Amino acid sequence: MLEITSLVKRYGNNDPVLEDLDLTVDGSSVVAIVGASGAGKSTLLRCINRLVEPTSGSIRLNGHELVDLRGSALRHSRRRIGMVFQGFNLIDRLTVMENVLSGRLGYVSLFQALTRRFPQTDIDRAFNLMERVGIAHYADKRADQLSGGERQRVAVVRALMQEPQILLADEPTASLDPKTSQQIMSLLQSLASEMSLPVLINIHNVTQARMYTDRIVGMRHGQMIFDGAPKDFNQDALDAVYGGIESPEEDSDEPGKQASQTQEASA
Amino acid sequence: MVDHAEKLADRLWSRYDRKEQLIRYGIYFATLVAVVWAVKDIDIFWPWVWDAPNQIQSLGSRMWPPEFSAWNAIFSAMLETVHIATLSTMLTIFIALPVSYIAAQNTTPNKVTLWLGRFILVSSRSVNTIIWALLFVAIFGPGVLAGILAVMFRSIGFIGKLMGEAIEEIDRNPVEAMQATGASKMKVVLYAIVPQVMPAFFAIIILRWDINIRESTVLGLVGAGGIGVLLQGSIDLFAWQTVATILLAIIVLVIVGEAVTSILRKKVI
Amino acid sequence: MTGVRTAADAQSGRVWKKPPFIANPWIRYGLIAIAMTYLYWAFSTLPFNWERVSEGLPRAARIFGGAFPPSFERGDLLWTGFKESFQIAFLATLMGVGLSVPIAVMAAKNVAPLPVYLLGRALIVISRSFHPVIVAILFVAAVGFGPLAGILTLTLYSIGFVAKLLAEEIEEIDWGQVEAMRSVGAGYFKILIYGVFPQIVPRQIGLSMYQLDSNLRASAVVGIVGAGGIGGTLMNAFGRYDYAFAFAILLMIIGIILVSEGFSGWVRKKVW
Repeated sequence: MLEITSLVKRYGNNDPVLEDLDLTVDGSSVVAIVGASGAGKSTLLRCINRLVEPTSGSIRLNGHELVDLRGSALRHSRRRIGMVFQGFNLIDRLTVMENVLSGRLGYVSLFQALTRRFPQTDIDRAFNLMERVGIAHYADKRADQLSGGERQRVAVVRALMQEPQILLADEPTASLDPKTSQQIMSLLQSLASEMSLPVLINIHNVTQARMYTDRIVGMRHGQMIFDGAPKDFNQDALDAVYGGIESPEEDSDEPGKQASQTQEASA
Repeated sequence: MVDHAEKLADRLWSRYDRKEQLIRYGIYFATLVAVVWAVKDIDIFWPWVWDAPNQIQSLGSRMWPPEFSAWNAIFSAMLETVHIATLSTMLTIFIALPVSYIAAQNTTPNKVTLWLGRFILVSSRSVNTIIWALLFVAIFGPGVLAGILAVMFRSIGFIGKLMGEAIEEIDRNPVEAMQATGASKMKVVLYAIVPQVMPAFFAIIILRWDINIRESTVLGLVGAGGIGVLLQGSIDLFAWQTVATILLAIIVLVIVGEAVTSILRKKVI
Repeated sequence: MTGVRTAADAQSGRVWKKPPFIANPWIRYGLIAIAMTYLYWAFSTLPFNWERVSEGLPRAARIFGGAFPPSFERGDLLWTGFKESFQIAFLATLMGVGLSVPIAVMAAKNVAPLPVYLLGRALIVISRSFHPVIVAILFVAAVGFGPLAGILTLTLYSIGFVAKLLAEEIEEIDWGQVEAMRSVGAGYFKILIYGVFPQIVPRQIGLSMYQLDSNLRASAVVGIVGAGGIGGTLMNAFGRYDYAFAFAILLMIIGIILVSEGFSGWVRKKVW
């Protein structure tokens, strides 16, 4: 369970990017975080695994306070938090298998990492997970030879290899075509329930957010202004979150929507 | 497509397959053999190797503190060094450009000129500046002329090769367009090629000038003028503290040269 | 390009001139003035011994006449000289490239803390400032004549070049991969091994091959000041006016450089 209390992030003396944020995520729910570019979605996620340093506030994962950790304690907490990135962030020159195994770097020794001698249990887990998402036959291919959707699947497996207590996804589908993004969202949704894993997903596409998640959190200018079920995220909520001037990406097969079809630049 | 039996058994993975492993170990082994051979065969007096840190330190202490009394002579020698570098870089341009033109596959008139151009560039590059200096000192006697010619002859290869590559990498479309207007070869070069290679040209000249400053500092060691003459003189007299001053002056020159070249690069490119 | 006036122009009065390369006329003419003054000053202050120079052309004829055909009689001297040069180049490249990796990591702003970064940069600047010949002289003075001085010299030379370019390469890596490794909880060295090194390996190999080539050339030269290798043989040949032998040595140097260039180009293509 993730409890965020009074989280603030401010760069220098500027206006805060995150303002007094409270959020609680239980059990195995899939939560979508929506908001315009600059609303603070990415900052929020990165504060959880401390890729960005919170200015003040508290973040507790299963009772452990994350904000003041340093050194090896910080690394221990990071290995329990899986992250999937918009740009996939795979090690392009290494094979799929090595990328997947690199999810265990928080658990193996430096020597094992250097010589690629990972424990057999890790290798078994790797094969099982790769089969589950359908990329096992790519195990020895270089990561940069895969398509975007395949690469994101490798990234998901890497995150799962950490045996995480929570999965964070920072706009995992923004670089993918519509069909592939649906596949990835669907994958995240099923994995969440199969592994009883809470998942936080930053997402632009409100339609997909509604379809694949149990709860939607809307952010605007660093504050949370909507928190509720997908079915309650109506046009008013949309306007409140996005300000009504720019509209988020909508699927063209949504009947009856008045919103314009403009593409929003990614955050 | 997973075989059930395989699924139940241990799944093995290794980073490199058999063949790759063999090749890697082969390379390591070959390198190791080469190192052992080189070390054993080389004409090194091993006691000197272990004594080396000591010796280096003792030389260092003999060079401290630097002796500034001859700084007048040092300063004019430094100036001479800069002149050698600058003049030769300027003069090289006139030779290197035509050579690079004929050494580039897309602009050379025919095969013979291509090979001639390439030959000139390769010989120029393969012979080190100092060796050129040796040759010119033997011909023209000690002095700055030998130095200038030496730096020139070496720079032709450097500038010519890089300019040739720049010419080969131009976009062909403007060339086609100019030819379509009925322009003569020279005009095509002037309008379609020269503008495209200008940025590369300036970058290369500036880079080579920087390198030439460094090269010019040592020409004097074989008698071809510049600060090297003073350096060799001081070393012969074991005047290590003067040597230290000269080395300091060289560092200053190199740093100033780097600063000037990075400013030039920003302004011109 | 001067302005072109046609009949039509004469009527409308519109003339066009190509905008000059440097806009400000003061700077433009100022630069030309400076260049002319410099040339005059340089040529007049440089000491040219014109008498000696005029003896040059006949002397050159004599030298080239004597140099042709090249003499390979003293083949064993050639062989030992080249062998030593090769050994010097090989060992110096190995050591230099090996040391360059940690120094490059130290000298990359994005992976090293500030004091370490400054130290790394300082090491590189020191290795680069002096021409290898000067470094060779100093090492010869310190550790004596012979290949040891040559190896030490070229190791520093290699570090100055390879570490600098490698550090620049490290500063331009895709930071996302490093971020990903941080997010799985890997420590500093694991992040280096998985997030940084795979990105710089092709460049590293390219640089090492280039440096081997470069060291081969330089090893021929440090011998001139007594640091071992074919340079010493060449120096002796010049000293004895044995131009035929000197020419033979030069030809072999050129040949070997061509071969090694070809080899390093092939290796670089295979690894990219």
